[in-house]
Amino acid sequence: MTWTDVADAAAAVCLIGGSLLSLAAAVGIVRFPDLFSRMHAATKPQVLGLLLVLVGVELRLRSGEALGVIVLVALFQFMTAPVSAHMVGRAAYRTSPVRRDLLVRDELADRDDED
Amino acid sequence: MSTWVIVVCVALLGVSAALTVLRMALGPTTLNRTIAMDVLVAICVCALGLEAAVNRHATTLPILVALSLLGFVGSVSVARFAAREEKTEGRDHA
Repeated sequence: MTWTDVADAAAAVCLIGGSLLSLAAAVGIVRFPDLFSRMHAATKPQVLGLLLVLVGVELRLRSGEALGVIVLVALFQFMTAPVSAHMVGRAAYRTSPVRRDLLVRDELADRDDED
Repeated sequence: MSTWVIVVCVALLGVSAALTVLRMALGPTTLNRTIAMDVLVAICVCALGLEAAVNRHATTLPILVALSLLGFVGSVSVARFAAREEKTEGRDHA
């Protein structure tokens, strides 16, 4: 058993873990009651699932050029996922009725620009 | 890489993509569909990464960069236009 076998086994574990996170997020997206809890479920494959899959790919390819591209993908995803989630959440709070019974705390409730 | 790992990963990703498409079909608002689309893009990136890992080539890796940026642009612009559209609808009483 050489170190390449160990790397392949670790890659398999990472790939299966990322796929499991995707499945968990999809189940959450179908079953959760409102948009904000669905957003909470949606972050799982976008950050941790994708990172696990990318680690698995690099463990399998074991090359320097591939590592550069993989780091680039992870960096882009980490920069863009919070921004788009913020935009979607803000648009949802402003436009559609929020289910207040599901909120633990609403820090925007006492704003005075309600129209 | 052993076959059962590939089968398990493809099955998990396929089921999750199908559930995400179900949420896109159900709605009920544009923003719910946007979130489902974001997750679908992430699942696509995972599937392409799985393909690169199984076949041991780096050909699909640039597609991953393009996809991760494309999902961002798509969801941000949809959120922008959804905000404007539904805001004007809500102001009918003014």
